Amino acid sequence: MNIHDIRSQFPILHQEVNGKPLVYLDSSATSQKPIQVIETIEKYYREYNSNVHRGVHTLGTRATDAYEGAREKVRKFINAKSTQEVIFTRGTTTSINTVAASYAAANLKEGDEIVITYMEHHSNIIPWQQVARRTGAQLKYIPLQEDGTISLDDVRATITANTKIVSVMQVSNVLGVINPVKEIAQIAHEHGAVMVVDGAQSAPHMKIDVQDLDCDFLAFSGHKMCGPTGIGVLYGKKQLLENMEPVEFGGEMIDFVELYESTWKELPWKFEGGTPIIAGAIGLGAAIDFLTEVGLDNIAEHEHKLAAYALEKMATVEGMTIYGPLDPAKRAGLVTFNLADVHPHDVATVLDAEGIAVRAGHHCAQPLMRWLKASATARASFYLYNTEEDIDKLVEGLVKTKEYFSDVF
Amino acid sequence: MSSNLDALYRRVIMDHYKNPRNRGVLEDGNHTINMNNPTCGDRIQLTLKVEDGIVVDAKQEGEGCSISMSSASMMTQAIKGKKIEQALKLSKIFSDMMQGKDYDEEDVDLGDIEALQGVCKFPARIKCATLAWKAMEKSLKEKEQE
Repeated sequence: MNIHDIRSQFPILHQEVNGKPLVYLDSSATSQKPIQVIETIEKYYREYNSNVHRGVHTLGTRATDAYEGAREKVRKFINAKSTQEVIFTRGTTTSINTVAASYAAANLKEGDEIVITYMEHHSNIIPWQQVARRTGAQLKYIPLQEDGTISLDDVRATITANTKIVSVMQVSNVLGVINPVKEIAQIAHEHGAVMVVDGAQSAPHMKIDVQDLDCDFLAFSGHKMCGPTGIGVLYGKKQLLENMEPVEFGGEMIDFVELYESTWKELPWKFEGGTPIIAGAIGLGAAIDFLTEVGLDNIAEHEHKLAAYALEKMATVEGMTIYGPLDPAKRAGLVTFNLADVHPHDVATVLDAEGIAVRAGHHCAQPLMRWLKASATARASFYLYNTEEDIDKLVEGLVKTKEYFSDVF
Repeated sequence: MSSNLDALYRRVIMDHYKNPRNRGVLEDGNHTINMNNPTCGDRIQLTLKVEDGIVVDAKQEGEGCSISMSSASMMTQAIKGKKIEQALKLSKIFSDMMQGKDYDEEDVDLGDIEALQGVCKFPARIKCATLAWKAMEKSLKEKEQE
């Protein structure tokens, strides 16, 4: 993996922000896009923009081939058995909401349980709160260990014969921990529950094989993996998807429409009501080509090294608190932190003046923030285009931040 | 560090952050309002004692960054003893100031508040500065309708 080659393919990285070269450390929020993705989307709009699955004209056929071609790329990317198991959605949030509104609403009743963890993103909490409210099912949380990891003993203690759904993020957007979703899926299945994996922070960064994980559903977003915003994926096992009702009704998803009754198209289209996100899907396909060419294993290794380097260097800054496990082996490529008495917003503002983009806030994980006893934190997240030099600049920026505010503290 | 940053983090702001004025909850307050900024987690609780159309006392409590907390501190300082309409006028002035507009400072003493002027150059931070003011405005407008 040649980092300079990779960086040269991301036009946005080569600019100054506030008079300093941009150091982009916010890829967990959204990744930057390589030129291949930008050009693929542009080419679609310039050369063959057309609606899909209708009409017989040439552009329509080209658009349909590209859209369905992107579905095959996704299938291969996650090793699904069939493209019928790959549904295009607006993103991870929509994917999880689809499982909640369709599968969960139809299959859960009072006395059933939904199991999630304390570290989930709001998008993997609130849909289940809503299902629990509507069906009378109970929402339960797997607790966290001191270092923010999950123990399988706690998983076994939380999942019971009444558990119908287990939904867990594969990589935490705050703690950076990699959760043992394969083992959790096995425990869920032993109790007759289905396993939902929130792959928003894992799909961009590591090889995912849905057959190996044996998860029942997987949700992820295109924009965090070099693709455009507004496109995401819901993978589901065919036998489950076949028995689920669509959530959105209208054009594109129907078979026959009578005056008072209608029937649905077969999978996956019955879940894709309305004109689909054509440019988004084609752009995601290009992103998958790009990531596959670089190699997911190479990307994971690169980020792992960066995380280890960052943990070591950031720990040298006086007053630094790092959240999550300090053992780099347990981590993906992000570090969430607080700097002494300086509020993370203030940290982010001073870093921004140095051209360094980090995230500050509660990271859409308020229950986890309460568990961490922090109202807000700052986060630096890495991707394939980041370098050790970026981390050096971050650490320099943090030292400057500390000095800048030291007068007043 | 840039001069913009120095304009943002003026000494008086940091002083209000480290030594917040009117911190706490008014035991004999007759109006309480909670507000938060859901995008970043900042929150404020404001208690006011309003008598005969005058803000007799005000206290604030909450958590957030230097800008939101110092702004809350300055805001309570500024409105204490003011008539409701004067407090609301201050709020309007502050809002204009945050948007980088010219503001009408005749007949009002802005005091420390002017130190927050630099925030308007940092669009991402304007919401931090306005949180306490929005709480005050909402609270007093509700009061007026009673």
